[in-house]
Amino acid sequence: MLELIVFSLLNGLVYGLLLFMLSSGLTLIFSMMGVLNFAHASLYMLGAYLAYTISLKIGFWPGLIIAPLLVGVVGALIERYGLRNVHRYGHVAELIFTFGVAFLIEESVQLVWGRQNVDYREPEILSFPLFTLWGTDFPAYKAFMLAISVAIFIALLLVLTRSRVGLIIQAAITHPNQVAMLGHNVPLVFTGVFGVGSALAGLAGVIAGPALGTFPGMAAVLGSIVFVVIVVGGLGSLAGAFVASLLIGMLQTFAVAVDYSLEDLFAAVGITTSKTSALIDLYTVTVAQIGPILPYLLLVLILIFRPTGLLGKREV
Amino acid sequence: MSAIAPTSPRTGGTFLRRNAIWWVALLFVLLLPQVARSGTSIAVLNQMCIMVIFSLSYNMLLGQGGMLSFGHAVYFGLGGYFTIHLMKMASGGFFMPLPLVPLAGGLAGLLFGLLFGSFSTNRAGTVFAMISLGIGEMIAASSLIFVKFSGGEEGITADRTDLTSLFGIRFRSEVDVYYLIAAWMVLSAWLMYRFSRTPVGRMANAVRDNPERAEFVGYSQKHVRLLSFMGAGFFAGIAGGLFAVNYEIVTEETVNLVSSGTVLLQSYIGGVGFFAGPIVGAIVYTLLQTLLSNYTEIWAFYVGLIFVATVMYAPTGLTGIIMMHLPIYRAGKLRSLALPYLRIGVPALCCTIGVIGLLELLHFLSVRAVGQSTKRLFWLTLNVEQPFAWIIFSVLAVGGFLVARRVAPSVLAAWEAASLHAFGGRAR
Repeated sequence: MLELIVFSLLNGLVYGLLLFMLSSGLTLIFSMMGVLNFAHASLYMLGAYLAYTISLKIGFWPGLIIAPLLVGVVGALIERYGLRNVHRYGHVAELIFTFGVAFLIEESVQLVWGRQNVDYREPEILSFPLFTLWGTDFPAYKAFMLAISVAIFIALLLVLTRSRVGLIIQAAITHPNQVAMLGHNVPLVFTGVFGVGSALAGLAGVIAGPALGTFPGMAAVLGSIVFVVIVVGGLGSLAGAFVASLLIGMLQTFAVAVDYSLEDLFAAVGITTSKTSALIDLYTVTVAQIGPILPYLLLVLILIFRPTGLLGKREV
Repeated sequence: MSAIAPTSPRTGGTFLRRNAIWWVALLFVLLLPQVARSGTSIAVLNQMCIMVIFSLSYNMLLGQGGMLSFGHAVYFGLGGYFTIHLMKMASGGFFMPLPLVPLAGGLAGLLFGLLFGSFSTNRAGTVFAMISLGIGEMIAASSLIFVKFSGGEEGITADRTDLTSLFGIRFRSEVDVYYLIAAWMVLSAWLMYRFSRTPVGRMANAVRDNPERAEFVGYSQKHVRLLSFMGAGFFAGIAGGLFAVNYEIVTEETVNLVSSGTVLLQSYIGGVGFFAGPIVGAIVYTLLQTLLSNYTEIWAFYVGLIFVATVMYAPTGLTGIIMMHLPIYRAGKLRSLALPYLRIGVPALCCTIGVIGLLELLHFLSVRAVGQSTKRLFWLTLNVEQPFAWIIFSVLAVGGFLVARRVAPSVLAAWEAASLHAFGGRAR
């Protein structure tokens, strides 16, 4: 039992911090421009695929730098030449536009790299078990993922709170017109934030690719979860995104480990269920099986009962 | 008042005359199988009609109610599941003629619309979109878990010929099913059109445009949205029911997010601002899907390109483009546009050919067998290892785009001049 808790905690932490790397960019973009970027998870996938190709040509480490930069450029281009033109049609049009871009990126990844999984692996130097507890290995690569995520989190925090650029960004979130009056180029700030957010998504893809697999469906797996994270945390709240990322990460990893169903619960309190009932699925399905639904259930509940999210100030 | 509506064509005229266009539509769809006789074209027509109902129901949300949904397939899929279960139960059992079973899907869509709409229609915009996405993901994931109801990945199957026959029709052939689907399509489209003309439908427009003012007039924006939402759920359920009748199988694919995305795509390409938009969109999308996929594996990419281009350059969709030219046509000025359109059409065509060529070559590189270096494209045999083909297509794509962008302002000016003339002519 202790083994299960320790490993679920560690895996939840790794997964949660990965989610934060994605959701931090998304929530920043949302708070500045009011756009929920549907293509965010597609950029994550693009990062993984680009890093795969680079790792074949020159190795894993250059890919760790180059791939996120390329994704950042792609993101900035999307903002500059796409989103900015669509902006005048309103937020719904922007949402539809990013949906279309997500569709295009996913299709073009399949067009270039095919529909099969690609064999993107961690570097040799990191493929060893870091430590072994109760006979279960904890891979060094996961610790590496953890380190990168924590480093990014700290860097983001420092840039946003301690640097001049961070001040301008924070001001542009709440008072874009005022910032423009003071002579700052707000559209450029928007493009920059979109680019950096995309680069972060790309970086998440680069480090997640070897651990979670690099395949055409990888954007769909995480795409909606990231939305859940930023809505649950409170739209526009970086701290909220952090809490929600860890919460969802833990929720999903712990759910996988719990193998109980309603039937077991009923049996424990002395109620027997009929095997022929039409609701038999409802009784026998285990927590592990409904794991994938839990985040969405949380999303719907949050939106009904606390539309501002956990730490958000404004309603979605 | 009279200045705004000088003549009222709706008063007077019989029921038959007022709905003339609907009778023509009914006649047209009923005669269509006489022209398109082959099995494949009937299959395409069936799919098209189902998609028309589905898209029209989607537009009750997006176009008429201002609600962007990413999970509309929930009602389509659940309608399909309930219908197929009814078909299974009714086979050999109680009296249940096949033409009526899609109603079960519709009722399921209506009830789930009431259930999910009761908490998701408080506001439109981003909140609504997010909740619809959450519900969509939830139902799609559940359909793989609750196997007894959904059949898991294999889905649920039934046999439509087992049901009670009505007037001796057993719906063995696809043509029989076509008539059933087409009749439901015309009926549903007519009902949805009538709905958009009722006070509730008009209020849905008002709530879409300005919810605050609608509240001041005395309408609850939530209730107005909920009514539209339930209506949309009902007709999506009907479409799902017809899907079950036609294919005799319902799988997880009908409820998942891909299906929800498809309906958004086709409605938007058709144009969400017009009642006929989703119809055009569903027809075009189904044709693209069935015809294009014969020629290229990356047809979905092209559809995506068309979609993004629509969002960026023609947010009113295909129907919007047609509608832009209607007054010009009426004024007889369409001819004045021929030359400007030719001037932009040629470079645009070059650009399109270039882009298609590059994409096809790129795709060929990733899927080709070892040692294979030539690809047949545009009735030519191209060698992908030589730079020749790549350069030609790149020049076509970039050059075409640049020239098109250069002449675009003059074409726009020509259109404005023509339409100014058209409106000026009418005022006189």
